[in-house]
Amino acid sequence: MKAIGVILAGGNSELRLGKLASTRAASAMPVGSCYRAIDFPLSNMSNSMINKVAVITQYNPRSLTDHLSSSKWWDFGRKQGGLYVFTPYISSENSFWFRGTADSIYQNISYLKRSNESYVVITSGDSIYKMDYRNIIDYHVQKKADITVVCKKMVGKDLTKLGVMQLDENDRIIDFEEKPIEPQSDIASLGIYIISRTLLISLLEKIVPEGRYDIAKDIITRYRRRLKIYAYRFNGYWSSVGGGIMDYYNANMDFLKKDIRDMFTKQYPYIFTKAKDEPPVKYNDGAEVNDTIIGGGSIINGCVYHSVLFRRVYIGENSVVKNSILMEGCYIGNNCTIENAIFDKQVVVSDGKHVYGSEGNPVVYKKGSSI
Amino acid sequence: MKKFNWFGDGGMSKNEMIAMLLAGGQGSRLGVLTRKIAKPAVAFGGMYRIIDFPLSNCVNSGVYNVGVLTQYQPLRLNQHIGIGIPWDLDRKSGGVTILAPHVKSGDESGNWFMGTANAIYQNIEYIDANDPEYVLILSGDHVYKMDYSKLLDFHKKNNCAATIAVLEVPAEEASRFGIMNTKDNDRIYEFEEKPANPKSNLASMGIYIFTWSKLREVLIKDNKIHPDSDFGMHIIPRMLSEGQTLYAYRFKDFWKDVGTIESYWQANMELIKTLPSFNLYEDFWKIYTNTGNQPPQYIGNGGKVKKSIVSDGCEIYGEVIDSVLSPNVCIEKGAVVRDSILMTGCTIGKGTVIDRCIMDEYGNIGSNVKMGVGENIANEDKPKIYNTGITVLGEHTSVPDGVVIGKNCVLYGKTNIGDYPDSNLSSGKSLIREEA
Repeated sequence: MKAIGVILAGGNSELRLGKLASTRAASAMPVGSCYRAIDFPLSNMSNSMINKVAVITQYNPRSLTDHLSSSKWWDFGRKQGGLYVFTPYISSENSFWFRGTADSIYQNISYLKRSNESYVVITSGDSIYKMDYRNIIDYHVQKKADITVVCKKMVGKDLTKLGVMQLDENDRIIDFEEKPIEPQSDIASLGIYIISRTLLISLLEKIVPEGRYDIAKDIITRYRRRLKIYAYRFNGYWSSVGGGIMDYYNANMDFLKKDIRDMFTKQYPYIFTKAKDEPPVKYNDGAEVNDTIIGGGSIINGCVYHSVLFRRVYIGENSVVKNSILMEGCYIGNNCTIENAIFDKQVVVSDGKHVYGSEGNPVVYKKGSSI
Repeated sequence: MKKFNWFGDGGMSKNEMIAMLLAGGQGSRLGVLTRKIAKPAVAFGGMYRIIDFPLSNCVNSGVYNVGVLTQYQPLRLNQHIGIGIPWDLDRKSGGVTILAPHVKSGDESGNWFMGTANAIYQNIEYIDANDPEYVLILSGDHVYKMDYSKLLDFHKKNNCAATIAVLEVPAEEASRFGIMNTKDNDRIYEFEEKPANPKSNLASMGIYIFTWSKLREVLIKDNKIHPDSDFGMHIIPRMLSEGQTLYAYRFKDFWKDVGTIESYWQANMELIKTLPSFNLYEDFWKIYTNTGNQPPQYIGNGGKVKKSIVSDGCEIYGEVIDSVLSPNVCIEKGAVVRDSILMTGCTIGKGTVIDRCIMDEYGNIGSNVKMGVGENIANEDKPKIYNTGITVLGEHTSVPDGVVIGKNCVLYGKTNIGDYPDSNLSSGKSLIREEA
């Protein structure tokens, strides 16, 4: 079954991610030493043989478009299909920013109309997961569903930031509440939808002129009785980096767990990212590293424990880094201590400085800070 | 000369200089490392293959048209180069072209490339089609960073027929190289291959720029006499005897011909020094390579890594000291790797200790193995290749649990405990298991 993809990468998460998202969209957040969040849905699309994908973006798209500047890394550099990046634009009829998830697709409806594939796979751009969408399309067809929503049972998690659904015995969605104050179940939507292309076009052309702009609220919740909307239960790993600083911290630290790391990096199909051509990591005489992942091109002279280091990080002599995330190009001088911290790219720490956050409340430094 | 331009006369694709990269050599002195692959495809410095250095030098110097001449075991080389994406050589005009020996009309049997100059001679048509002013001849065997545009400027300034890049070598080593004898301003008057009593210390690096019209003429003349026409042996002496202008260009930076097991090991170990004389961490002259996907590396609890370089995707739970690791190497708990080079995908079992070994790709060592111990006895079968104490394992070699392996040993293929008398392979022995 042929499908096209839509990745919603426009979410504004500055409120939730603060300084980290002031220079980039949540989808462009660096994750796991060498990836950006959008690499995961993009690779899933490519690995599911969906070779025509639109990335819809709005807030701070610079680092995202930079990351996507060449589509060849995800195998989208093709004559047939390929990767499209849509940003808001002004036309004679329309000069709006995207007013919601449904509106952002509606404003690019010609992408849907000019395609001839049967299905559309819609996913958010800031989730970390590995999924073969073909399995969900098979399920969608077998259930004769109008829409399929991918969900996951999340016991003991805070569901107030997610869409929470109630299902009947056939997994048809009978109720769906976005960001509920009192969640009525522990089954949360992962923001991944399968829908036939023609149905999506007709729904969008109906709801957007009515002033309804949101997929979850104005399609799933509002149409749950009229349409056959089914849930697909996903049991694999899923996390989101757009939800807040701790979500971001935990999603990165999850890569220190062998099963999760192996699932993404060692088991086929692989997650792709933009090639940066970094040399190997260099460990000099004073290096002492435990329980840490490190990106290419880093140079280590000191101690690093239980941390996530991205590419080209420099750790000076006699310095200690613990429980921290250091993004690309951070420079830690000699005799420094860094604990429970998140450093955005290119943070420079001069010799002898100490930075302490606390467990559960890491201290955050924005891109290019000097300490 | 017949001129032909793929893009018509209006095209702006005229190439001032194209590169021809000789990548067909076996590199037999690298022993089992080049059993299945050509020397330019041998891994180097963790992430790289030797050919990445001349290829990256080309794009960094603005030479975007590279012909790669292959002959010996080209499969891995072809896979590595592909359409040239890692080097930005996937271009509409120019880019990288693999040039393999082929059957020509009127000569049904076809010809192998018989010598370095003969290989170029057999590709005159390719060069003519690109219509360059100058041709840069490179070898895929060397590790160095060089700006070929400076070499070209030098060539143009001196209005040469040929410019030969040379390295000043210590006088006592000069008799191992092809030596250029020069007079004022480095104009070459004589070339001597491995002279017993060298008159100068300017060693040819096997890097040449020729003015194409001049080289073309000499190639055609020389190949009528020498079917194994070689640049050092035939072309350079012939041009000198014809009175053409040849200059030596002195290169003063790091350059290594990693032609032997020992020099290959030394050049890799150069990279792990705190201040290496060959720096891979400079931004302005990056070395590009085909890395596939590049997951992060993980150092586990109990892992210890010192004075080493470690590539993407490695998982280290044991000790790694003074070593060079390629991508996706796994070192289990309690294992110790010292003074060694481990290529892509090698796995080292629990409690195994490895000293001064080179393991080619996808080697698999069981647990509690000791490798590289005992006396330094040269290899019995190939004493000229394996004699400096380094034990070498070919690709996809596996070693069972608990065996002891000496120095200067060579292993290849899937070995099992029955291959080791008293669980032992003493220094200088070879153990080659051909695939079934």
